[in-house]
Amino acid sequence: MTDYVAFVRAQADRAELVRLTLRRLPRLVVLAVAVFALVWVLFWAKDTTYGSAVSDPVDFFKVVLDSLTFAGLLFVVASGFTLIFGLMRVVNMAHGSFFLLGGLIAYYLQQDLAHGGGFGLQSSQVSTMNWVLPALIGSICLAAFGLIVQQLTLRWTQGQDLRQALITIAISVIVVDQLLAHMNAGNEQDISWPGSLDRFVSIGSIQYSLVRLFMLAAGLAIGVLLWLWLHRTRTGMVIRAGVDDRAMVSALGINIQLTFAIAFIVGSLLAGFGGVMGGSFAGLQSDVSGQWLLNSLVVVIIGGMGSLGGAAAGAVLYAFVSNFSAIYLPTTSNNCCTEYSVAFTFGLLAIVLAFRPLGLFGRPA
Amino acid sequence: MRRFLTTSATLDRGIGLVALVLVALGPVAFSAYWVSFILTQTFWLGIAATSMIFLSAYGGMVSLGQVGIYGVAGIVLGNVVTTGQVKGLHLGWNPWLGVVLAIVIATVVGLLLGALASRSTGIYFLMLTLTFGVLIYYFFSSVTSFSGFSGISGIQGHTPSVVGDPTNHPNRLYYIALVAALLVYLGVRYLVRTPFGLTLQGIRDDPVRMASLGYNVELHRTLAFGLSAFVASLAGVLFVWWNDHVDPTSFGLGPIIDLLIVGVIGSLYRLEGAWVGAFAFILINNYTHDVNVPVVGGSFNTVIGVIFLAIVLLSPGGLLGIWEWLNRQARELMTGAGAATLAKARPVKP
Repeated sequence: MTDYVAFVRAQADRAELVRLTLRRLPRLVVLAVAVFALVWVLFWAKDTTYGSAVSDPVDFFKVVLDSLTFAGLLFVVASGFTLIFGLMRVVNMAHGSFFLLGGLIAYYLQQDLAHGGGFGLQSSQVSTMNWVLPALIGSICLAAFGLIVQQLTLRWTQGQDLRQALITIAISVIVVDQLLAHMNAGNEQDISWPGSLDRFVSIGSIQYSLVRLFMLAAGLAIGVLLWLWLHRTRTGMVIRAGVDDRAMVSALGINIQLTFAIAFIVGSLLAGFGGVMGGSFAGLQSDVSGQWLLNSLVVVIIGGMGSLGGAAAGAVLYAFVSNFSAIYLPTTSNNCCTEYSVAFTFGLLAIVLAFRPLGLFGRPA
Repeated sequence: MRRFLTTSATLDRGIGLVALVLVALGPVAFSAYWVSFILTQTFWLGIAATSMIFLSAYGGMVSLGQVGIYGVAGIVLGNVVTTGQVKGLHLGWNPWLGVVLAIVIATVVGLLLGALASRSTGIYFLMLTLTFGVLIYYFFSSVTSFSGFSGISGIQGHTPSVVGDPTNHPNRLYYIALVAALLVYLGVRYLVRTPFGLTLQGIRDDPVRMASLGYNVELHRTLAFGLSAFVASLAGVLFVWWNDHVDPTSFGLGPIIDLLIVGVIGSLYRLEGAWVGAFAFILINNYTHDVNVPVVGGSFNTVIGVIFLAIVLLSPGGLLGIWEWLNRQARELMTGAGAATLAKARPVKP
């Protein structure tokens, strides 16, 4: 009898062990992938652009900085996207075209301000004011534009999230076509950084671009400001309450429509400012709109829709994976870069979604 | 009431039948331009739209990944069948093998993406599939061994002998596309009446209840996505035969949104909407492409964007939604007297 009990117990234990192992298996796989990637980058990466990190620590450090600073820009743009979604459940598919519009407005302003414009404006010709002013005005124009869009089309379609996504897609189609027609978006337009920023500073033994550090600083500053706004002010509290229970907030006599409008204004403002930074960093062209819609989507899908911390985590992860896969994969031919880095963005997305369908910090609506 | 319902259904069927007879006459009824350009394009674009509308109407999932999947099918076909100096792998295998490989690979890709997306619903699903679609575009734009930015040309020289070279024999491709469109339509109509289709509709309406009844919700969604990928891959094959050329731009963000517009203009909730939308879209595209929009400026995209916006704002059911609304209005007009007497006779509920 005891033999039998022991036998059954042993069997149950074995089954439990198998179950536990199976449950842990996916995590182990991810861990193994991460460890492999780390070992590869640190020691193994022969035949890549820079070689392994141990053999070329300076360039490795540069790639780390590149990723962090690009994450700053990603965060600025995606935080606006996630703010709008978090409160209003609106997926603003026009976010990329807002980015483009904000950048182009700033571009033309800068052309006007800096000695009446002209081709090939050099950063030495641009004073700090001639960058800050267009950036401010561009962002504010976008805030106003966002408010108009929200009031005209989104206010009365509330709660129909699919329809609202379609509306914003239609708006982005129209906006991009209008920009092609009137603002020469078919050709690449470069906003020029001011001369005071466009130089190199030395960090330890390496020379590093100050504008990239500025993008990181801007991302951090905006993150901190948004956090303070959402957690330390009354409007922020209302917004957070609105995220959790919209009906209850408006039943308490708070004007939720006003809150929605504010959230949309801030979200569009951030898209516009992101456009100014992105346009100074990499230029503006009509396809930038789709590219930055994709960037925002990837960041918030990884991080979780509607979460500020998620946007930060998503921006850092996405920037690191895309930069490192571009540099530390074996080069395919005599040219500098690998072709398969997009597949790694895809892989990152797949791994995150397999474990957390709502993203790292996502919560069910 | 029932009598008028059947009348309206009969009317729909009648219109469908007339349209079918017209397109079956094909080259007899239409000019060569219409046959080879507008109608053939309508058929394959309609098949692509069907793959989207099937998911949205019966699975409750609006997918923007279908264009990426037909792009995969097109790229595979181009790589497998072409020979000589073109870009890509130019394997030069049998054209039929190319078709089979294109369909199989695109369907497998669809199943994998479907498995990833199957736990998302509603707006998350839309975003996720859009991301998939755009990533597929960037993948093939950067990987030069499969296509690169300039894409693969000269596919029309490597079609099966039944198809021939569509430039010389446009009617053959026309009828093949027509038959494919019909088969897809009938196939999906049949599919949604099978136990699988009914389960899918149950999941669309109440996933929690279906899950507690023991149905594997995610598996059904994944399979539905795989099926829609199969349909989309057919559109991809027809597209590259028709177009002779495939490059990533033909399945980038622009075409992704175009297909969505096709679905919305037709109707995201009725299969017939696929071809209605495709036909309307191609007509608008064809006749406004070189037009400069007065006052505001801009081109075709402004026109189609405004039409799209108007339809989304005014009639979310698309053109077919407007048609059904007109039918209802007519019915009410005709039964107005009867309904009024009924209302008078029935005691008002407290």
